[in-house]
Amino acid sequence: MADLIQIQDLKKNFHVGTGRVLKAIDGVSFSIREGETFGLVGESGCGKTTTGRVLVRLYQPSGGKIVYKGKDTSTLSKDESKEFCRDVQMIFQDPYASLNPRMSVEDIVAEGLDIHMKLTRAARRAAVHELLELVGLNKEHAGRFPHEFSGGQRQRIGIARALASKPRFLICDEPISALDVSIQAQIVNLLMRIQKELGLTYLFIAHDLSMVKYISDRVGVMYLGSLVEVADSKDLYANPMHPYTRALLSAIPIPDPDLEATRQREKLQGEIPSPINAPPGCKFSKRCPHVMDVCTKVMPEMIELAPGHTCACHLYTKK
Amino acid sequence: MLLELKDLKISFDTYAGEVQAVRGVSFSLDKGEVVALVGESGCGKSVTAQSVMGLLAKPAGRVKSGSIKIDGVEASTFTERQWEGIRGKKIGMIFQDPMTSLNPTMTIGAQISEGLIRHQGMNKKQALARAEEMLKLVEIPNVKERLHQYPHEFSGGMRQRAMIAIALACNPELVIADEPTTALDVTIQAQVLDLLKGLQQKLKTAVIIITHDLGVVASIAQRVMVMYGGIIVEAGNLKDIYYDAKHPYTWGLMNSIPRLDRTKEDELSPIEGTPPDLFAPPAGCPFADRCDWCMKVCRTDMPPIRQVNETHSAACWLLHEGAPKVVSPLVRHGDTGAAKAKGAKRG
Repeated sequence: MADLIQIQDLKKNFHVGTGRVLKAIDGVSFSIREGETFGLVGESGCGKTTTGRVLVRLYQPSGGKIVYKGKDTSTLSKDESKEFCRDVQMIFQDPYASLNPRMSVEDIVAEGLDIHMKLTRAARRAAVHELLELVGLNKEHAGRFPHEFSGGQRQRIGIARALASKPRFLICDEPISALDVSIQAQIVNLLMRIQKELGLTYLFIAHDLSMVKYISDRVGVMYLGSLVEVADSKDLYANPMHPYTRALLSAIPIPDPDLEATRQREKLQGEIPSPINAPPGCKFSKRCPHVMDVCTKVMPEMIELAPGHTCACHLYTKK
Repeated sequence: MLLELKDLKISFDTYAGEVQAVRGVSFSLDKGEVVALVGESGCGKSVTAQSVMGLLAKPAGRVKSGSIKIDGVEASTFTERQWEGIRGKKIGMIFQDPMTSLNPTMTIGAQISEGLIRHQGMNKKQALARAEEMLKLVEIPNVKERLHQYPHEFSGGMRQRAMIAIALACNPELVIADEPTTALDVTIQAQVLDLLKGLQQKLKTAVIIITHDLGVVASIAQRVMVMYGGIIVEAGNLKDIYYDAKHPYTWGLMNSIPRLDRTKEDELSPIEGTPPDLFAPPAGCPFADRCDWCMKVCRTDMPPIRQVNETHSAACWLLHEGAPKVVSPLVRHGDTGAAKAKGAKRG
């Protein structure tokens, strides 16, 4: 399958006063193939949300390139730019904060339609009803306001809004983390069904590794602004290479008391350091149980260890 | 018996009417026991715990009926002053969000000292020395320096450790931990859970842990109570609940979470629908509307709590002698064929 979007050496810096620079994304490269779900995981502050926001052009990148359908997005013409915005849509984390409380569901969902397609009033209404049905709501809901809905229903409205402009690429930024467990599965199943029906490509950002494993074809693990490992979902969980990935996987409690009691944990010392003026070398070196001299000096490069499985760690660098 | 709740009912009066948040909860807790209260938001788990601490939001929240006994003493009628003698001394509390539950204008040392000065009659110096010990106990580095810092100088994980130190400072017999790790990252969550488990074993404190994460429960609790719609629908030992659950809600909960030890091919089965409206709770089983096995009686009569074995009980009409036999749809680890009997569903 061809790459839909390529991210090359992407950087995003935030200036946080007195000359200090927070490197939220520090040279991240990956590509997403047409029709697949790429999962991006990591702990808070690792830059996964910033990556999603740069992709949808809510932030301007500080460096690097985003190539969408073979074109560099920084050099798009006005028309191409509009097409890009139509193609790439976003689902946000918090369904309570991301819907305008003063707009009716119909107007919320139709915003994309109003911008990208000129529809008659009747056609607009019909389109909204169709979208609501697609996400498992019904047309009676169109006249209501966000506060009349539960969290799961609100997230469905957010999904309908994202689908309105007939996008090809959806960025899902923690779409389920604000929801209850039983509702999470509903939304994930909905996202997967829509992907199959409409042939969408997803970037699925989350901190919940078990959910990412479930929904993604390939997964990238981020730590402090850098991508440390990328692999097929099955491969990553069966055979994690980077010490951080291993620690992350073993930190997740498994809902099975017998397994949980006999499980060996790879424990991590300390906490995530500040991304402001980060030290040179591997960013994980401070917490890594296998740290070597070279780790604190040289930033490891991404190398392919197995077909489709890349990892940035000095443990695997050939001497 | 450290704690005994009997048919506890708690309501909140709101402008829209009465919310029946807890609708008859009974359980007891022995010294040194670790019990988990599991359920989704709005199921009444936090409110149950708050009532045990005398922390119901006044004047809206009230204990409508039933009893709370702490060490054999009826507590539901305690005055505010009586509660003050219990809180922090007999019962410690760990809240979900350490950023909003610590006082930003007080140093960590002063916040740990507060309870010690009040309940143990220490002076400031003694209390601070004990606070230093407590911080060491929760494995915070550079204690001397940290003691005089403010919460904003602590990271999320360390704030939660400081909170644990406050909760344990007066050697309480019971600690209530309300979603203690929900706001933390997984690697930090693992550290805090390990700490909590270690301290519990060392100090033999009883713990009620409130969470929605069945993984956390499996790693720390001895006993589990599953709440839904203001009642306890199932209770039992870890093994009873994880390997031999009887209530369809517990089944649904287990089957709706993705697991690292499973593959993508095992489809997630969500529980369709939404939890019941507690302004007007249903007459029958609160789960009836979302249950695949719902029968006529479920909608009209609240199922009684039935004992499955000595430790295991559930409130479901399927356990009645006259009910049709159903097979649990739970897939056990390493078990591929038999339990996938989705045919057992009655559609």
